[in-house]
Amino acid sequence: MTALPATTSNARLTAPLSRAKVGMASLIFMESAFFSAFLVTYLYYIGKSPDGPQPLDCLELNLVLVNSVCLLSSSITVVLAVRSLARGAMGAFRLWLAVTILLGLEFLLGTGYEWWGLIEDKGLTIQSNAFGTNFYSLVGFHAFHVVVGLVLLIGVFILSLFGCINPARDHRRVDVATWYWHFVDVIWILVFTLVYIVGRVPQGAAA
Amino acid sequence: MQWAISVDHKKLAMMYIGAGLIFFLVAGIEAAFMRLQLAQAGNEIVDPETFNQLFTMHGTTMVFLVGMPILLGFGNYLIPLMVGARDMAFPRLNAFGFWLFIFGGLLLYFSYVGADGLYGAGTAPDVGWFAYAPLTSRTFSRGNSTDYWILGILVSGFGSMTTAINFIATILCMRCPGMKLMRMPMIAWMMLVVAFLVLVAIPILTAAQSMLLFDRTLGAHFFDPETQGSAILWQHLFWFFGHPEVYILILPAFGFVSEIMPTFSRKVIFGYPLMVAATVGIGFISLGVWAHHMFVVGLGPVLDSFFGATTFLISIPTGIKIFNWLGTMWGGRLQFTTPMLFVTGFVAMFVIGGLTGIMLATVPMDWQLSDSYFVVGHFHYVLFGGTVFGIFGALFYWFPKATGRLLNERLGKWTFWLLFIGFTLTFMPMHVSGALGMPRRIYTYEADRGFEIWNLISSIGVPVQMAGVAIFLWNVGRSLRRGEVAGDDPWDAWTLEWSTSSPPPEWNFDRIPTCTSARPLWDRKHPEDPDAHYE
Ligand code: HEM
Ligand SMILES: [Cu+2]
Repeated sequence: MTALPATTSNARLTAPLSRAKVGMASLIFMESAFFSAFLVTYLYYIGKSPDGPQPLDCLELNLVLVNSVCLLSSSITVVLAVRSLARGAMGAFRLWLAVTILLGLEFLLGTGYEWWGLIEDKGLTIQSNAFGTNFYSLVGFHAFHVVVGLVLLIGVFILSLFGCINPARDHRRVDVATWYWHFVDVIWILVFTLVYIVGRVPQGAAA
Repeated sequence: MQWAISVDHKKLAMMYIGAGLIFFLVAGIEAAFMRLQLAQAGNEIVDPETFNQLFTMHGTTMVFLVGMPILLGFGNYLIPLMVGARDMAFPRLNAFGFWLFIFGGLLLYFSYVGADGLYGAGTAPDVGWFAYAPLTSRTFSRGNSTDYWILGILVSGFGSMTTAINFIATILCMRCPGMKLMRMPMIAWMMLVVAFLVLVAIPILTAAQSMLLFDRTLGAHFFDPETQGSAILWQHLFWFFGHPEVYILILPAFGFVSEIMPTFSRKVIFGYPLMVAATVGIGFISLGVWAHHMFVVGLGPVLDSFFGATTFLISIPTGIKIFNWLGTMWGGRLQFTTPMLFVTGFVAMFVIGGLTGIMLATVPMDWQLSDSYFVVGHFHYVLFGGTVFGIFGALFYWFPKATGRLLNERLGKWTFWLLFIGFTLTFMPMHVSGALGMPRRIYTYEADRGFEIWNLISSIGVPVQMAGVAIFLWNVGRSLRRGEVAGDDPWDAWTLEWSTSSPPPEWNFDRIPTCTSARPLWDRKHPEDPDAHYE
């Protein structure tokens, strides 16, 4: 083979994209497709579940509002954590990360508590009716993704405790990892709107 | 062991393709049994239950365990080499995806021994590859063969999704210096769009399958009409996945054609920018046509016309491609090597399949033809005459790169002609039997309906195709040991994979190449007249 040609003027790619960012963006794109199937299905079944427990009777806003505030504010705390890391302030980074993790745990426990009430007091299970089926599937899958996000954050936290996180080297990577957490938050906004606002209409009216 | 723990994209790719070919033989044997049963009216070679399992496993295997892995395998092999990278963006994720696919495939086939059937015997899934509700509900599908179908495909689907993420990251981030997007090999464009479609479509299937799993195991009510569920919803979700899926299966083959055809026409590809635009266009439009699989559901005239129209629309970019390939061949110095024969056959067969597709997209015609053998004829023209021919072309074209030895040309031509003739014998008559009213998925039929002769011809085609495949396997075995040594660049081609040794070293390139045009190797071979001057 002949020798490689000398680099031409346009041989450099301008600003190559980062693999990590593209990979994470693709993952989030894929997860969005997954959730859109459940969201659309939920929407489709609103008002089509005449028998058994009804959304208006079962769902109460107090607890879920607290949960939502916790989850949404955890998006802010995680940004603060990443900013601290970028500054090299490891102490602040760990603190904000711990707060984020605790807020996430609150959300999970709150959801668990809500479900317990629904099952014990209201008698709503996945078998009750189309509403129960959709409610537990959608909210459950979201909660499952919160768990995944938490595992990610806890992993970063543990690494930082062992001194494996180097601010200069790793703050971009940690930033990319937190994208997932923001994604879980955005999905919650959609789920909340659909389940607790749009879906709490009297049955029969929406159909 | 070397292979089992490998994260090298080339080794993984060869394992993908090898495993896909093994599944190809398995699914082919399943098909052979079906054709044996249908050769004559009233045959009793397999019983009805077995027949249901045969077409379910055949379809599921061919789509998920043959088409997907072989095409993703080629993507794995070629993308880094063709864009001038040393590996995929995430090599370990790549290995993970491969092993998920293997595990999913084994899980599906484990149903033959492991799933509860009558009297505790093993039993394979029998609900068809699209598993319509409510046939899949616990009432109608006893035991757990359907659960195996769900889980096997779910797991291998995760594998496809991780691979798609890898493709996107590699294509967008790992190109060698100078390789702008509009200089990428066509195959990279095709794989980029395929990866996009995988990320949109497979999660929908995953979601639908999770719902079905909840219905079956937790007593949820997504799809069971008896308990407020909707069986039509399953069809919407499935085909929202299913139609993009058929493009996932055909676009990589478009890529093979777009690489192989220029090489053996000794010309650049005709209309590169239009080809890119058509590919991207197909990617988007294919997300909006799914209900053409549901015309007989009775969706009403508005939806029917909408989906009929979008389906017609998608034949425009598809037609553009056909004309570009013809334009590539036009006036070229054609060399009909085996890979060229296969891709030429591809274009011809795909046109026929596309035309029957348009017939099916015409709503009133579909009412007549849906669920008949005509549909079976249609999709085998695009999937066998299209995808499988493309795969064989690619196997012959890149085998020397992967192994260092050429496949034998004379045997290759035998394979092509046997496959081509056998394929036509088997699938052309299905259009007739279908138009005469023969429904698909029946295990037998009565005499004197006019179906017999067409079915007999269809079945006669099977041994012809089997002979073609057998010769191919023999060719591979023979050439691996004493095939002609290929050298780096046996076809005098123009893309970067031919600039490194055959087989390439684990790191692909000693020096990361640079790219000066869409045909970097042409530029190197012809410094007096580089393509770069015409860009
Ligand atoms: C011009 C392009 C195409 C058009 C207009 C078209 C149209 C259609 C229509 C309307 C049907 C539904 C028939 C029915 O069930 O009543 C159908 C079925 C099908 N098509 Fe196509 N098609 C096209 C290309 C393709 C390609 C490229 C592939 C795959 C590589 C493909 C694979 C299939 C399959 C697998 C089915 C049957 C699915 C099943 O019912 O099991 N088609 N096509
Ligand atoms: Cu389709």
